[in-house]
Amino acid sequence: MRPVQYNTNLKMVDLPEGHSGEGFFATSLNNVIGLARKNSIWPLPFATSCCGIEFMATMAAHYDLARFGSERLGFSPRQCDLLMVMGTISKKMAPILRQVYLQMAEPRWVLAVGACASSGGIFDSYSVLQGIDQVIPVDVYVPGCPPRPEAIIDGVMKIQELVGQESLRRRNSEQYKGLLESYGIQ
Amino acid sequence: MTHEQIIETLEAAFAGQLSDCDTAHGISAITIPAASNLKVLQFLYDSEDLQFRFLTDLTAVHYPNRTNEELCVVYHLHSLHLNKRLRIKLYVPVAAPKVFTASKLFSGANWMERETFDFYGVDFVGHPNLKRILNVDEMDYFPMRKEYPMEDPTRIDKDDEMFGRGGTIC
Repeated sequence: MRPVQYNTNLKMVDLPEGHSGEGFFATSLNNVIGLARKNSIWPLPFATSCCGIEFMATMAAHYDLARFGSERLGFSPRQCDLLMVMGTISKKMAPILRQVYLQMAEPRWVLAVGACASSGGIFDSYSVLQGIDQVIPVDVYVPGCPPRPEAIIDGVMKIQELVGQESLRRRNSEQYKGLLESYGIQ
Repeated sequence: MTHEQIIETLEAAFAGQLSDCDTAHGISAITIPAASNLKVLQFLYDSEDLQFRFLTDLTAVHYPNRTNEELCVVYHLHSLHLNKRLRIKLYVPVAAPKVFTASKLFSGANWMERETFDFYGVDFVGHPNLKRILNVDEMDYFPMRKEYPMEDPTRIDKDDEMFGRGGTIC
């Protein structure tokens, strides 16, 4: 019996597709970068209401978003990869949200958590933005009012899928530039 | 001092100007002409017996059916000395909703009047900084007036039939 018991129950990420032989493993740069990115996403929480409370549970010990490589929340948009918008965004807040998005460096992803961030939710009102996709592009929508932590984790895993499969050239493509152009972002 | 005595004191000072005086739910209400709002507020503030020196709330109500008095501006005053509350209403036409600002008397009225302007378009004459406070600056209407729909007017994807209110927004 060893004096120290090591945890052998570690979950390892699968190797990407590639060719291996004695002393080498070859795969595409896309795969390697995708693998690294998807398992080290730094989320930036933009929490304005009850979905933010669910997010706190998601980050805490029981649901533990850190298991998916999102151990560290960044509270500066300049350091973060994933903008998580959780809660009602009023029209007065919209330019601020947009500013936060603009401050993030590429590549960046956006997760709209809950009915309000996705569509305005029950607040079909003169003062509330009817979905954040009116001001910034959104990658994944999480339904629910508010969604349970499982749903938020599911949304983050969908983002991981996107991140892992994204081509390194996507952000330079005409299609992506056109998308940003449609939001008036250079 | 009871609510009745407060109203009597006011009626003695502003003979013939008060209307619709009543007391319900422990709060008195009076209606005054729009032009004399500052005089009444100042009198209530200065009077040693009354000392209504705390402005709890200031807002407006839109009554679209009351011709030439569509907008009602409401002051809620509290006398900490008497522990009595008083509601003062005045009516102005929606075409020219001009009311003298109370911000010289109550500093707290500054933001409340901006809010009332923001939502009802009441023009507080003499206000030092009368601009929108809660809504976006680009908003070009007064959302709490009854002629504007509650719903976001820019939405085109919500089918009113699904919300049980016919095919059109009425």
